[in-house]
Amino acid sequence: MGLEQKLGDMGIVTTSVEKAVGWARSNAIWPMLFGLACCAIEMMSTQSPRYDMSRFGMELMRASPRQADLMIVAGRVSRKMAPVLRNLYDQMPDPKWVIAMGDCASCGGVFNNYAVVQGVDEIIPVDVYVAGCPPRPETLIDGILKLQEKIKGEKLSKWQ
Amino acid sequence: MSTSPSTFQLDIPEGLVASTTLFRDEVTLHTDKASVLALLTHLKEVQKFEMLTDETCIDYYPKELRFGILYQLYSLSRNIRVRIKVMLSEYDATLPSACSVYVNANWLEREIYDLFGIVFEAHPDLRRILMPADWVGHPLRRDIPVQVEENAFTFNRERVDADKPRPTE
Amino acid sequence: MVSESTKIPEQQLVIEDSPQNTVSTQDVQLDISVEQLKRLVSPRALTGETMLLNMGPQHPSTHGVLRLLLELDGETVVNCIPDIGFLHTGIEKTAESKSYIKAIPLTDRTDYLAPMSNNLAFCGAVEKLVGVEVPQRAQVLRVILMELTRMNSHLVWLGTHALDIGAMSVFLYCMREREMILDIYEAVSGARMMSSYIRPGGLWRDVPASFESLVKRILDVFPGRVLDYEKLLKDNPMWKERTVGVGVISGPDAIAWGMTGPCLRGSGVNYDVRKAQPYSGYEQYDFSVPLGSAGDVYDRYRCRLEEFNQSLSIIRQALTRLAPGPVITDDRKVAPPPKHEIAYSMESLIHHFKLWTEGFKAPEGEVYFAVESGKGEYGVLLSGDGSPKPRRVHFRAPSFNNLQPLGPMAKGALLADLVAIIGSIDIVLGDVDR
Repeated sequence: MGLEQKLGDMGIVTTSVEKAVGWARSNAIWPMLFGLACCAIEMMSTQSPRYDMSRFGMELMRASPRQADLMIVAGRVSRKMAPVLRNLYDQMPDPKWVIAMGDCASCGGVFNNYAVVQGVDEIIPVDVYVAGCPPRPETLIDGILKLQEKIKGEKLSKWQ
Repeated sequence: MSTSPSTFQLDIPEGLVASTTLFRDEVTLHTDKASVLALLTHLKEVQKFEMLTDETCIDYYPKELRFGILYQLYSLSRNIRVRIKVMLSEYDATLPSACSVYVNANWLEREIYDLFGIVFEAHPDLRRILMPADWVGHPLRRDIPVQVEENAFTFNRERVDADKPRPTE
Repeated sequence: MVSESTKIPEQQLVIEDSPQNTVSTQDVQLDISVEQLKRLVSPRALTGETMLLNMGPQHPSTHGVLRLLLELDGETVVNCIPDIGFLHTGIEKTAESKSYIKAIPLTDRTDYLAPMSNNLAFCGAVEKLVGVEVPQRAQVLRVILMELTRMNSHLVWLGTHALDIGAMSVFLYCMREREMILDIYEAVSGARMMSSYIRPGGLWRDVPASFESLVKRILDVFPGRVLDYEKLLKDNPMWKERTVGVGVISGPDAIAWGMTGPCLRGSGVNYDVRKAQPYSGYEQYDFSVPLGSAGDVYDRYRCRLEEFNQSLSIIRQALTRLAPGPVITDDRKVAPPPKHEIAYSMESLIHHFKLWTEGFKAPEGEVYFAVESGKGEYGVLLSGDGSPKPRRVHFRAPSFNNLQPLGPMAKGALLADLVAIIGSIDIVLGDVDR
């Protein structure tokens, strides 16, 4: 938007490092292959032929947290699972993002009882909340696009 | 339904069953702690109830004998179901384990122990099964409240939000 | 069990209770203490001869959050100790605090691959407890939806099971076909997965006009697709290598462990709730129960695939029986009145108000009602206490009972075969942990 307008058509685009990094990061997110409950089935549908999540550059699900940078918490988190979930999150390398998929992961959903953590944001920081019980695949894709926008606008200094 | 009492007869030895009730065409045999194992063995070996479909507990709080342990048996060869019920007091919530008769009682009894706190004697591996090992209490007892978090409305939203635990970095 | 003579000095133990050797307990709680562990594994583990390995709860091949503690002798499984409860949701407890109608959405979320089966089991129990008759059209529609649900459940099973063993394309085909069934779910109930469509006394509402054409499309397309799956796997030497003779359980053993569904039938035991104790008028339909003989992973796979064809045949028969009529009982104490009636009938308004605020009262007593879901006998034990809320709701989950013999089945198998065995018993952790 700056230099190339003055110099004419030289085949050069100038931008800030921050924008370039944000653009690169947002279009190559590797989600963690990790499902908990009903929402995990809809997450599978999102990758199935009809919805095809790979259109957005995120078909590569990694089973190891060490290779992933997005955690989609798909389903209700029980009190027994909570320490495991936190452990997985801690193992993911920076930069990393979290989508709370579904009502249960966002706020406990219909299960306001002894066994379920009332929202996964009690144990890990969440970037995008996707509503629905379970959310339709389109809703999840929308949540992911929202996350991509968010990543594009992130400051480099956030991940030191 | 094939469970109606007109279609099958159970010849159970004297003293094993205190009473028999019929509700919605389902037979329930009431027995006590001392004879439950003998009754289960008899039903399996003699009456051909090969399968323990289910074993669970009902909390009749605040009655004095508050726990009712239910065994749901099914006979594949005779195609009939029967239920056995043992009432237990809160202060003596122990029962002999049925694992020696029906091998799949193992997990079912662990679940009852976990959620209701009934101790099964001579159980091979009585640990919590569903709740974390360090959990205190037995959550499905009826004197424990269901809700853990207050419902948030406009007037109390800020307070409920402030009480919520947050992750530590 | 470690007897006195074979007891090894403490310092030689592999799992020492010292800070260096244990997993840090702040992060992951060890559900088994070292003392308990000694009782579960063989004495060889304590000398370091065999290896202890943790598998799960976050593992792509455990179909959810199942955790296994494995004792391995090289590649051979010596002991397999499942650890469940990572998805324990307290559904039974929550259902106690809701009226009978409002508890239905919770049942969707137990076995979330077959929500309609769960709805039917719960509503069947409520109908039995309260004593309600279901209209004929609702019964026929229930049968159609139950069979679609069975196919839905089997499709996800086939896709993930094949994916675990290494056949990626089957997964994509199965998910493609599953969308056709979900379209019907959406057409009838408005939701793709959590339908809550079956209600005590019938159905929530009549099916839309497009229902029959949607079902007919499935009837047209599916037989060929099932043939495709068979072509991909049935005689595939790699598939047979991985499944034939793996995870064998004999018929009497399967009965003793309380297994039901295709897992039991794969071992040659003819038990199907639809045949043994029919519900929803299943006795009027002509279908056969596919049986295996060897009781291995391959036979369980064959049983389920044949069930696709049987389900299609049942749906075809049911469509011919589908006659116009009411879909919910006219007993206003149990079923809400139609919306248009509320506009002019005071009595209907009162019924509507009472039903949605308080709910209907059920008598005191216990009933057990079982249906044949895709995974086996799904039973609901319901205890009423005379109030509008149940005293106790217990789900007899097929996955819970089918998972229990995993330990004995896996004994002596190779580690890679364990994945095939877990896939073949078709567990859903929401159903196991509830």
